[in-house]
Amino acid sequence: MQGLIGKKIGMTSVFDDSGKNIPCTVLEVGPCVVTQIKTTENDGYEAAQVAFGEKKEKNTPRPMLGHFKNAHTTPKRKLAEFNLDKGENVKPGDVITVETFNKDRWVDVTGDTKGKGFQGVVKRHGFHGVGDKTHGQHNRLRAPGSLGASSYPSRVFKGMRMAGQDGGRKVKMISLQIMKIIPEHNLMILKGSVPGAKGSYVLIEK
Amino acid sequence: MDLLKAAEQAFSVKADHSAFHSGDTITVHYKIKEGEKERIQMFRGVVIQRRGEGITQTFTVRKISGGIGVERIFPAYSPFIEKIEINKRGSVRRARLFYLRGLTGKKARIKEKRF
Repeated sequence: MQGLIGKKIGMTSVFDDSGKNIPCTVLEVGPCVVTQIKTTENDGYEAAQVAFGEKKEKNTPRPMLGHFKNAHTTPKRKLAEFNLDKGENVKPGDVITVETFNKDRWVDVTGDTKGKGFQGVVKRHGFHGVGDKTHGQHNRLRAPGSLGASSYPSRVFKGMRMAGQDGGRKVKMISLQIMKIIPEHNLMILKGSVPGAKGSYVLIEK
Repeated sequence: MDLLKAAEQAFSVKADHSAFHSGDTITVHYKIKEGEKERIQMFRGVVIQRRGEGITQTFTVRKISGGIGVERIFPAYSPFIEKIEINKRGSVRRARLFYLRGLTGKKARIKEKRF
C-alpha cells in the first residue's frame, strides 16, 4: 500500500545520537481496513480504498453501512484511496498496519491546517504594514498599502494578495523523515511538524 | 496523551532526575564539546523552576556570578548532562522562585530543609 490514514497525536522532542534536540510529531497510523478495490476494468484506474477510525452505526448513513458491510468491517470515520505497491494483492476486509512503512525513510503527510478565520494581510501573507507606529501616523499599521497603479490599468489585478480566510486548507508536507515506527501502538514518529490540530486526520503517503 | 508517552518511552532515557526540586542547590556537570575535545563544565546554583513533563522537561538554575545573576535552562534529559549533584535541600513555599530575581545578597538566601 502506498499510503495510510492516520491521526495526529501531538508533538514532542527527542535527542539524537549527537545530542541534538529534534522536534517530532507522533501519529497514530492505522490499522486501516481495505473497503474497496478500484480496478482498470470497472473504474479506469488501480487503487485501494481504505478506512480508519471507529464510528457509531447510528451515525452512519444506510448506503455507507452497506459499503462497510461488503468489506466485512464496522463503520469507519475516514475513507481514502491509495495506489497499490507493485505486485501487491489486497482484498476488501484486509487490515493494513503501520508496518507497511517499515522499509521507508521518508513520507509525505497531507492534512487540513488549523483554521485562523478572516485575517489581515500581515498575518495571512506576511506583509509588513505601512509606515510607522508614531510620528503622527495612525490606523495604517497593518494596512496592505497600494493595490496597484492608477489610470492604467484602472483595475486591480486578479490574485492580488488581500485579507481573507486564513488556514483551514489542505497542505501536504513532503519528505518528512521517519524517526521511529512502534507497531505495538500503531505509532509513527516523524521529524518536524504536520498540518492540523491534535486528533485531526492526516494521510500518510510513501 | 498516553500514546504520546508511549512514543517518548520508545526513545531510551537513561537518567532519572526526579530527585531535586525547586529551591535545592545543585551542581550540573555538563559536557561541552570544543572541536574534537570534550570537557565537563560545572554549573552550581539554585533550581528556580522545573517545567514540562516527560522527555521535554527542563529546569532552570540560577546563580550569582561576579555580582550578576546568571540563569541557565537545561533540558532535563539532555545527553550532555553527565550528572547532577544535590548540594543543599531548600525549604521553599512555591514551585517557581522568580522572586529571587529581585533579591540580592542575604535576602536571596533560601532556608535549608530540616529533616
